[in-house]
Amino acid sequence: MTNQLQFDQIRLPPECQRLREDVRAFIADEVAAGTFVPDRPSHGDTHNRAFSQRVGAKGWIGMTWPKKYGGHERSFLERHVVTEEFRVVNAPVRLHFVADRQSGPILLKYAPEHVKQDILPRICRGELCFVIGMSEPNSGSDLFAAKTKATKVDGGWTINGSKIWTSNAHIADYMLGLFRTSPATKENRRHGLTQFLVDMKTPGITVNPIIQMTGQHDFNEVVFDDAFIPDDHVLGEIDGAWKQATSELAYERSGPERFLETYYVLAELVRALGPDPDLRSAEGLGRLVAQLHTLRRMSVSVAGMLQAGKEPVVESSIVKDLGTIWEQKLPERVRDLSAFLEPDASNRVTLDEQLGFAFKIAPKLTIQGGTTEILRGIIARGLGLR
Amino acid sequence: MTTESDHIVAETAARIFADLADPQTINNAHDSGWKNQLWRALSDAGLTLAWVPENLGGAGASLNDGFAILGAAGRYALPVPLAETLLAGWLLAQAGIEAPAGVMTVAPTRPRDRVTLNADATLSGTARGIPFAKDTEHIAVLASAGNATIIALVKTADCRVNEGRNLSGDSSDTVVFDRTKPVHSTQAPFDGSALMLMGATVRSLQLAGALETILAMSVAYANERVAFERKIGKFQAVQQNLARLAGETAAALAAAGSAADTIAQDTILGGAVFLEAAAAKIRAGEATAEGAAIAHQVFGAIGFTNEHILHRFTLRLLSWRDDFGSESHWASTLGGAVAARGADQFWPMLAAR
Repeated sequence: MTNQLQFDQIRLPPECQRLREDVRAFIADEVAAGTFVPDRPSHGDTHNRAFSQRVGAKGWIGMTWPKKYGGHERSFLERHVVTEEFRVVNAPVRLHFVADRQSGPILLKYAPEHVKQDILPRICRGELCFVIGMSEPNSGSDLFAAKTKATKVDGGWTINGSKIWTSNAHIADYMLGLFRTSPATKENRRHGLTQFLVDMKTPGITVNPIIQMTGQHDFNEVVFDDAFIPDDHVLGEIDGAWKQATSELAYERSGPERFLETYYVLAELVRALGPDPDLRSAEGLGRLVAQLHTLRRMSVSVAGMLQAGKEPVVESSIVKDLGTIWEQKLPERVRDLSAFLEPDASNRVTLDEQLGFAFKIAPKLTIQGGTTEILRGIIARGLGLR
Repeated sequence: MTTESDHIVAETAARIFADLADPQTINNAHDSGWKNQLWRALSDAGLTLAWVPENLGGAGASLNDGFAILGAAGRYALPVPLAETLLAGWLLAQAGIEAPAGVMTVAPTRPRDRVTLNADATLSGTARGIPFAKDTEHIAVLASAGNATIIALVKTADCRVNEGRNLSGDSSDTVVFDRTKPVHSTQAPFDGSALMLMGATVRSLQLAGALETILAMSVAYANERVAFERKIGKFQAVQQNLARLAGETAAALAAAGSAADTIAQDTILGGAVFLEAAAAKIRAGEATAEGAAIAHQVFGAIGFTNEHILHRFTLRLLSWRDDFGSESHWASTLGGAVAARGADQFWPMLAAR
């Protein structure tokens, strides 16, 4: 009776709780200064260059990276604390968050030394916005169907084709893009894609906005027309990007942002219910609290295991699968539980406004960064089924 | 935190379970001879009184050791009162009462049942759904006496036991204390919620363990059973279901482990224990409903037969949910407590650990 699932028991050490106090004090100052409004979730989806630079100045971007690249050599658990404290107040971290979470770690591993020295310190200072260039019009979940082509030329590569659903491309400084450098082979359909660092100011790149159903502008189409990328911006093995894809995923999948994206409706529900809720509301709330607590403990555990040098690939995929479904369903549950509240309760308007926003963003939560179906395929593989 | 000794104790337990509590062997058995042999081995190894200090007649193992034993017991859907005897020994030890040898259970195990200590030092009250009561020699009782909480050791023969069974056929009896004179009774160092919190954590660990086994069994079966000329585990619909079972198992494991670690680190009175134990029992209970259904779906008709061992796990999973507070009980209590603390304290409470 073997058991492959492992969740180490992690207790956040005292330095984490001290850090948490620092982050909360910083947030209080930012809120007082009017940078953002905590119970206005739409703000958390936005970017704020000056805010990101103040976060960088605090040392809260690239926290786990080596000091020689501007990082702070702190633990994954400390990074977890910063991420969750910002997430629950809807802080506008969008500009630096992708770079901090996944682009930086990939550069650390695969970029040439001089590129690392140039770019990583600027990420840590909150100066750079990164985007992920993976999806194409005919290649979404099926990553390895990507067609946008990189052709070898003297001193580098020229890119032709387009990426789509590229969040933040209109404000981004760099993209980590996946481009086709060779055709797939019969034996390995994943062969032939290479990862590149792309300067978004490169001539030949056009960014076209795509407005989402929320009315927000986040998605873009990025068109490459003979855009030149120098050789030293190739990341890792040519034609071998598929080998590089999996190891970073644990970082991306299991963070608190994978279950806290609609947290505000739960906090607002607690406010709306008041100190003495009826039995139905109390039970409904209690279940949601238990589910959220469990997700958080799983996420902390994965952070601790990463810190210990383990690779909890299945566990982190499970956190994202359970977490995104939970945060997607949360507005539905809160709607049910708030159905019998007094219509003129003091925060009814705020709650309704939040629910309105949450319902609109909910569909994307189980699509972005790997759909539920893809995640479950990964979990099934980890279980030994494929 | 896991220590070297956890491994030794848990490995001893797992070895005994593998040798003497094989689910298929028990399922095929025509008499209960296996039960005595299993209990003797557990008792000889000191596992039954793991949580009783040496000076009170036990093995003096750590809380973590005991929790590790119970996770392993869950993985075998162990049908003997090991968890109950451990809990009884733990409860008695809190009051410095020496643990008797033999099989024990605890009362009450339902949040709304009350046992009270009368002025003449006898006990009165009714405790329903007491696991294995009829098989025990002693019951460790948490009773109230006015505002005080009392821990008492009672001879089962001195109580009225109305026999019942849970879904899996294990004894689940109603115990009536009708001016029952305890062997010992002493004031408890905590309030009446302590037994429910500890019991909820113990059952959560057992639930998680049983889920681990039905996950492993279901994956193995899906990799072996052929239909439509393919192993059924190759069908995406089956893979998606098994991934969900893995997710539910993971949630139960993480929540139960976190609650156990909190109790081991702090005390049963510690501030974080209520959230942890309540959340573990709620989440593990929720995982059970979904997990058991998926496992049965994977096994199809064969898993619905008496001769197959799947029901030994799934029916105990469903039964164990009811002991030491159901999901609904804990959810209403937890939700009420969160609301009473207010919205501003909500996130700090979640992020405390």
